[in-house]
Amino acid sequence: MPIELVKERYNGSINVVEIGSSKTAVKIGGETTLPFLFEEGQMPNAPLVALEIQDCEPVEWPDALKSALGDSMKDPVEWAKRCVSEFGAKVLCLKLQSIHPDSEKRPANKAVDMVQKIYASSGVPMVVVGSGDDEVDSDVLPKVSQALKGENILLGIATQTNYKTLTATCLADGHSIIAESPIDVNIAKQLNILIGDMGFDAKRIVMHPTTTSLGYGMEYVYSIMERARLAAFMGDKMLSMPFVLFVGSEVWKVKEAKDFGAAQGINWEVTTAVSLLQAGGDLLVMRHPDAAKTINRYIDIMMGRSAA
Amino acid sequence: MIVIGELINGMYKDVGKAIVNKEIDVIQHLAVDQVNAGSSVLDVNTGPYSKNPKDDMKWLIESIQKVTDVPLALDSTKPDVIEEGLKIVKKRAIINSTSADNEKMEKIFTLAKSYNAQVIGLTMNRSGVPNSREMRLELAAAIVAKAVEFGLNPDDLFIDPIVLPVNVAQPQAIEVLESIREFRLLSDPAPNTVVGLSNVSQGTKFRSLVNRTFLTMAVANGLTAAILDPLDKELIDAMVTAELILNKNIYCDSFLDAYRKR
Repeated sequence: MPIELVKERYNGSINVVEIGSSKTAVKIGGETTLPFLFEEGQMPNAPLVALEIQDCEPVEWPDALKSALGDSMKDPVEWAKRCVSEFGAKVLCLKLQSIHPDSEKRPANKAVDMVQKIYASSGVPMVVVGSGDDEVDSDVLPKVSQALKGENILLGIATQTNYKTLTATCLADGHSIIAESPIDVNIAKQLNILIGDMGFDAKRIVMHPTTTSLGYGMEYVYSIMERARLAAFMGDKMLSMPFVLFVGSEVWKVKEAKDFGAAQGINWEVTTAVSLLQAGGDLLVMRHPDAAKTINRYIDIMMGRSAA
Repeated sequence: MIVIGELINGMYKDVGKAIVNKEIDVIQHLAVDQVNAGSSVLDVNTGPYSKNPKDDMKWLIESIQKVTDVPLALDSTKPDVIEEGLKIVKKRAIINSTSADNEKMEKIFTLAKSYNAQVIGLTMNRSGVPNSREMRLELAAAIVAKAVEFGLNPDDLFIDPIVLPVNVAQPQAIEVLESIREFRLLSDPAPNTVVGLSNVSQGTKFRSLVNRTFLTMAVANGLTAAILDPLDKELIDAMVTAELILNKNIYCDSFLDAYRKR
């Protein structure tokens, strides 16, 4: 007996956010249904993988990453170029680790110089995130924003207690913003409203619902993302933003990824990424080039662009 | 819930005067204010004293459509006045209203079909206003059946269970609330439900309190639309909060402001 599939038709859709300013610019978002359910709606922009690089050598990264990336990790400009030319990255995510008080404490002007060099040489759109220390980030991120004015970077990370400086600077320099909430859909919605109240276009916000690795609470993130997406499709404009997830940085912290050989680490990153794609992830920031390659292939297959 | 702003009605002194003197800014301010307060539809009524309701309806709609493009509910007892409005509306209109009398329904549903409009159906007829949920349900079923006969979709109907003032028809309030719930079982897809909210407090004290309490109870019974005064902030706040409690929108600390910004 043929089964009639129950198909949903939603009124809402996810906003489209463009990153970059030239012909290499990319877009995320635009979905009109839950991930990959093409019987019910469209995904005009496929999810994207960004490779993560840091502006100084990440000496504490696990062996699996070090052997994959080798000496290029010592020179951020080379590292960026290699990500694009050898690993095929269409977007880069640069973490300003050097400015962190526990790191080399690079002065702001030198940090900004490095960002500009990396951006100029890589030739692809960029996500730039601070070190995670609010004080130093509030000083350096506006300077980075200004130096890259007009380039339409995706800048992060704004939180509910610390969003004003970053929002003001993105507004002034024409960048998009990452709004982070602690696995809490109510705070996610509230932060989007607060940022919008400052005159920032809500359609240029990308949500970070917080990322957790497989085995460390990934399901909670999944459920928050699902709830937010469903609300967006029912018309809630304050949750209609695309999602960014920092898969690489969360996965490669956990012992299951670090301590049991490269193959397991790669699988851990791949599995986390696949799950978060199924939850609605639009931009996945990954570390291991092999994991990124596998996920890109997965996206191609799921989008119907190539056979399984 | 669909908020239908009720303030552009010639029975209000300021609107009546504006219609006579063609004071377009009065009408346009009312339109914009109601939309900003959360109305997704605006009710348009030339009022009982209009000497030229067809012309006045035309003028009101033209004035409103210059400043907002929300859909309009064309409020008149006369089908020719409604048709005058249907000819010039830019968005899909709601015809306000028909009773459950066959002759009236035939006229109104014909208009609705030709102009692709939605319709508010009142569960009352020549015999008068119903005094029980059973009577309301019977009339509602008749309206839905007739509409379907005319090729209209049940979910393009808004069935009104006739809200009566709580001081003079107190037992009816609970009948209305039950009817709202029961109407949704009449068809699949279900018809919408609507109330003329202000009627519940006609002639009572503490009108705002009565209105917002009744609205909250109606929302809990599944009401999908209401004709009300959107400039009553506490009323809209109560409605938004009722919907929050029914898990219709995700909570955030600014949930009251978020409604106005959506």
